[in-house]
Amino acid sequence: MSVPHALLALLSESPKYGQRLQSEFEAKTGNVWPLNVGQVYTTLQRLERDGLVAADGDGERARKQYRISPAGRRELANWLRTPPALVPPPRDELVIKVLVALQVPGTDVHEILQAHRRHVVEVMQRYTKVKAAAAEDDVPLALVADAELFRLEAIVRWLDAADVRLKQAQRTATSPEAMPSPEIEPEATAATEVSQ
Amino acid sequence: MTKTLELRHISKTYGSGASEVHALTEVDLSVEGGELVAVMGPSGSGKSTLLTIAGSLEQPSSGQVLVDGVDLANVSRSEQARMRRRAIGYVFQDFNLLPGLTAFENVTLPLELDGAPAKVAKTSAKAALAELQVAQRASRYPDELSGGERQRVAIARAIVGKRKLLLADEPTGALDSVNGEAVMRLLRSATHRGVAGVVVTHEAHLASWADRVVFIRDGHVVDQTVAPPGPESLLAAGDGR
Repeated sequence: MSVPHALLALLSESPKYGQRLQSEFEAKTGNVWPLNVGQVYTTLQRLERDGLVAADGDGERARKQYRISPAGRRELANWLRTPPALVPPPRDELVIKVLVALQVPGTDVHEILQAHRRHVVEVMQRYTKVKAAAAEDDVPLALVADAELFRLEAIVRWLDAADVRLKQAQRTATSPEAMPSPEIEPEATAATEVSQ
Repeated sequence: MTKTLELRHISKTYGSGASEVHALTEVDLSVEGGELVAVMGPSGSGKSTLLTIAGSLEQPSSGQVLVDGVDLANVSRSEQARMRRRAIGYVFQDFNLLPGLTAFENVTLPLELDGAPAKVAKTSAKAALAELQVAQRASRYPDELSGGERQRVAIARAIVGKRKLLLADEPTGALDSVNGEAVMRLLRSATHRGVAGVVVTHEAHLASWADRVVFIRDGHVVDQTVAPPGPESLLAAGDGR
């Protein structure tokens, strides 16, 4: 989360005091992002240094009203259109666990997949409860909950696909046509050993 | 407390000999009034068979089905049919509304088939359509309704009268995720008013509307969720984000 850009966005509506920025930040991110007022002032200081905001008034920081500069507006517009990093290195912990499970003799990979599936669905149930309990017009909260729900659902879909792939590999390895062949794929052998 | 739906050691086998297929094996499932249970599983896992057996649309090869404490094997076929009409509501993926009838007529139909007086049927149908927020569309035909409205009418038809059990097979069909969620909200509030609900789905975000999620694989119930803790801890301050 970029706190500086969120503050720029709030200032793009109208000039504001630090205290008001803090309360609006929390309300507009569905109250899921705690932000203390000290963080707000440190961030504003940096934005002011970089020429992205300007302060009206002198002395105590609580008495200063901040407004966005033209450079700040340009920075905000650019940031909104810049894609976040969607390509992390493929070292997802869950993927690693499942790959490792394939190598551990006597491990039922399907049972491991199911344990993770259940856990992910339980977390999803909690996010859905948040959504169900919220007012229907609380759009920020629904957007935050949806983002988490769809991210988690992608994990469930991966687990489902893993289940099917491992079963198919197991069937290929044990089908009568495959039996006479001495050359069994190493991956398929692993799947056979660990599946029920 | 009597469970509204109780499946005991249900097995279902299709075919025989070499072509024998075990759709369900020794499945146990209980659902109380006021509870919404989701059954999740891949295609061919037996989840739809489970639902048709629970709704007495199909007989199990072995095991018992109890609806509201009544063992379906111990009652006559006509009594079973009566229970299907009166106690059980069904929602299907493709809505299954009758095209020649208006929304209102679709909802009164199960009551009229059951011999309810016209006045009673009309009052109940009005209440059900109002509950599903489609009262103003009552005189429309299914092809004049949007996908979301059609599904609301289908749910109204499933809960009209004094139903005890609501069974839904992939009830959000081809709806987009927000309209699908609206359907799940309605099923959830319908069940929380006292009906027992079972919804079959392969989508986790829809299943997550249920109080309990049961996982089915190759005809076996393999797992289920435990009651999730409250949402307070989830989005609250100080979880390191």
